[in-house]
Amino acid sequence: MSTVLPTAATNGGADLRNAPTKSVYLDYQATTPLDPRVLDAMMPYFTEKFGNPHSRNHPYGWEAEEAVEKAREQVAELIHADPREIVFTSGATESNNLAIAGVARFYKDRKNHIVTAVTEHKCVLDTCRHLEQEGFEVTYLPVKSDGLIDLEALKQAITAKTALVSIMGVNNEIGVIQPLAEIGAVCRAARVLFHTDCAQAFGKIPLDVEAMKIDLMSISGHKIYGPKGVGALYVRRKPRVRLVPLIHGGGQERGMRSGTLPTPLCVGLGEAAAIAKREMAAEAERLTGLRDRFYRKITERLPEVYLNGDLGHRIPGNLNLSFAYVEGEGLMMGIKDLSVSSGSACTSASLEPSYVLRALGVTEDLAHTSLRIGFGRFTTETEVEYAADRIVEAVQKLRDLSPLWEMAQEGIDIKSIKWAAH
Amino acid sequence: MTRSVYLDYNATAPLRPAAFEAMHAALLETGNPSSVHRFGRLARRRVEEARASVAALVGARSAQIVFTSGGTEANNLALAQPAARVLISAIEHDSVRAAAPTAIAIPVDRAGVVDLDALDRLLASETGPALVAVMLVNNETGAIQPVADVARLARARGARIHCDAVQAVGRLAVDFTALGIHTMAISAHKIGGPQGVGALVVDDEVALSAMLRGGGQERGLRAGTENVAGIAGFGAAARMALAELSDMPAVAKMRDALEGRLDAAATVLGREAPRVANTSCIAMPGVAAETQVMAFDLAGVAISAGAACSSGKVRVSHVLQAMGAGELAGEAIRVSLGCETTQADIDRFVETWTALWARLGARVAAAASGVGAAPAA
Repeated sequence: MSTVLPTAATNGGADLRNAPTKSVYLDYQATTPLDPRVLDAMMPYFTEKFGNPHSRNHPYGWEAEEAVEKAREQVAELIHADPREIVFTSGATESNNLAIAGVARFYKDRKNHIVTAVTEHKCVLDTCRHLEQEGFEVTYLPVKSDGLIDLEALKQAITAKTALVSIMGVNNEIGVIQPLAEIGAVCRAARVLFHTDCAQAFGKIPLDVEAMKIDLMSISGHKIYGPKGVGALYVRRKPRVRLVPLIHGGGQERGMRSGTLPTPLCVGLGEAAAIAKREMAAEAERLTGLRDRFYRKITERLPEVYLNGDLGHRIPGNLNLSFAYVEGEGLMMGIKDLSVSSGSACTSASLEPSYVLRALGVTEDLAHTSLRIGFGRFTTETEVEYAADRIVEAVQKLRDLSPLWEMAQEGIDIKSIKWAAH
Repeated sequence: MTRSVYLDYNATAPLRPAAFEAMHAALLETGNPSSVHRFGRLARRRVEEARASVAALVGARSAQIVFTSGGTEANNLALAQPAARVLISAIEHDSVRAAAPTAIAIPVDRAGVVDLDALDRLLASETGPALVAVMLVNNETGAIQPVADVARLARARGARIHCDAVQAVGRLAVDFTALGIHTMAISAHKIGGPQGVGALVVDDEVALSAMLRGGGQERGLRAGTENVAGIAGFGAAARMALAELSDMPAVAKMRDALEGRLDAAATVLGREAPRVANTSCIAMPGVAAETQVMAFDLAGVAISAGAACSSGKVRVSHVLQAMGAGELAGEAIRVSLGCETTQADIDRFVETWTALWARLGARVAAAASGVGAAPAA
């Protein structure tokens, strides 16, 4: 088996004891490898073109500024926005914080209510919880068992006091795509601002801020083969969305976000967006093929595997599967040469079951045995075949050792058993 | 485009080759430091190695370093903490001033050094927990501030003390612990690291609350996937900057020689203060800073008028005004050197300055003193 990930060679010398010499990277929702073409675009701005893009007095600064503005256009183009509507940030977490807290605080004298969903990324939920402490009211919409929000419930939740609806484009754990255009229409009709965390959607699915009536959109660099440490926030100009900045200072980014812009990182995000624009359709087709093949291979050979989240409304590069009658940690140990996630990367170090899966109604037991498998630009057929085989083997082995599996095979309903206390 | 002379190191410094190599290596690796698999663990190791290097540069422990997107965010994070009142020096960077819009200004003397007696009076005048922010080195004049004394006064009055050390790190030995301060902001790109990375150094006794919330990174004090490559570059730059501190006396010598070669009409603002080695703020009487900057640009010398921040509008420097520089505040340029600056760069600057003075300044000065020279164009 060969790993085609462009990074494998540089990992070879790492002192990672107990790790196989090669590992298949299937965690594209946590982060993606930098596309070599993106790196090529960034390189000159690390070295000879090192100016501060805000230095207006000399060519070093002008050159950097020109590069940043080109990147801004590239980002805007992918979502049908005006470049002046793109604010560069340090990443999607900052974008989400800025959008939600910034809008809430700006409109607080007139409106004090925010609507979001229980399956949002932690940075959206944490910002909302903090705003509750500041006196805002937040409605956390539940999701249906397929992971999608109920539009009727959204309509019901909006009141005259609602300033903002924040619903993600694509969920980071289960990959489901929310009906953005429908949500946008509901918000526009109710004269409520619509923010969407598109960290996992931007560059993966077509997005159009006009057609979808989106007022604010959070964007990440490292989820689309760009660098870490850069993201963007789309902020609508017509009609103008106002917000209170989080980071004050030199007044960069039209006062919405101060701080020296990291030119190479902005260039990287722009190039990643431009590549996504060109290749999105073909890539989606290829990844759908890989994913379906993987899914078929698993489900043909293993019973009692559950897909979390709707398959139809889902990005091509994601699967989230629960394997009944195995133990979660045992499963992870059994597939150590596969780099997959058992939850959101941000919380995966904890042993709490995923709150996203719990929100879908997945039982705690099943949530513990779930794997998030992320496919992407550098994933090969060979890797997918290998990964499927490894998972099937590991699950079969664990089930062979499991008395619960044995009982289930004999037709005993495990839930009906009354366990004796010892 | 002529690009031979770069004398704007306080705006941004060129990326050090070692930092570039560290970043390049990290950019070729995949992995989110929060992931538990091997890719994630490698990324985590890059971050933690850099944290140790940055801590070593500023006399702190690794656990005291909170990585941010830069000096501006670090200053904002420090100033976002609750305080009944905020006192900041009159010469702070915009990222401190804008983050504390209702702050009371602590005056500075004519050399641009914060007035400790005034600070003590301000601290004594009211009660309630105060937050004091005084920078370690001014970005426009290079004047070193008596931050350890400020910290002593502030602590005696129960106040917290934040220090923007962005322009100090790599120019002089910084010892966070010895300064006795609670928080300190630093930036990577001012020491030859990448743009887009900085840190807030946080003393153990401070219960900091986060400004960016989310995934719990940086011990819950700063959410967001770590900029692994940027942080690795910061770490490498920190190691180099620490090693090169011994070069600073040579830089100071070069800077002093530069100042000594200018016409006597030149006023070096902040010259009486203890200064870092690399910065010189030079006023050419009667000639607008903007005019000078354009002339230098045409001559292929990159310098700046005041701070490189936003808009491109050349505003009259609040720093120089606070020093009581009067008219000169609008006539001063900032020259900032780096370890790569050569004698030829200095010569080029001096020649350009002298030619400009001969062309514009001398005539302006003569006209002003009414000795019958032709009026300035």
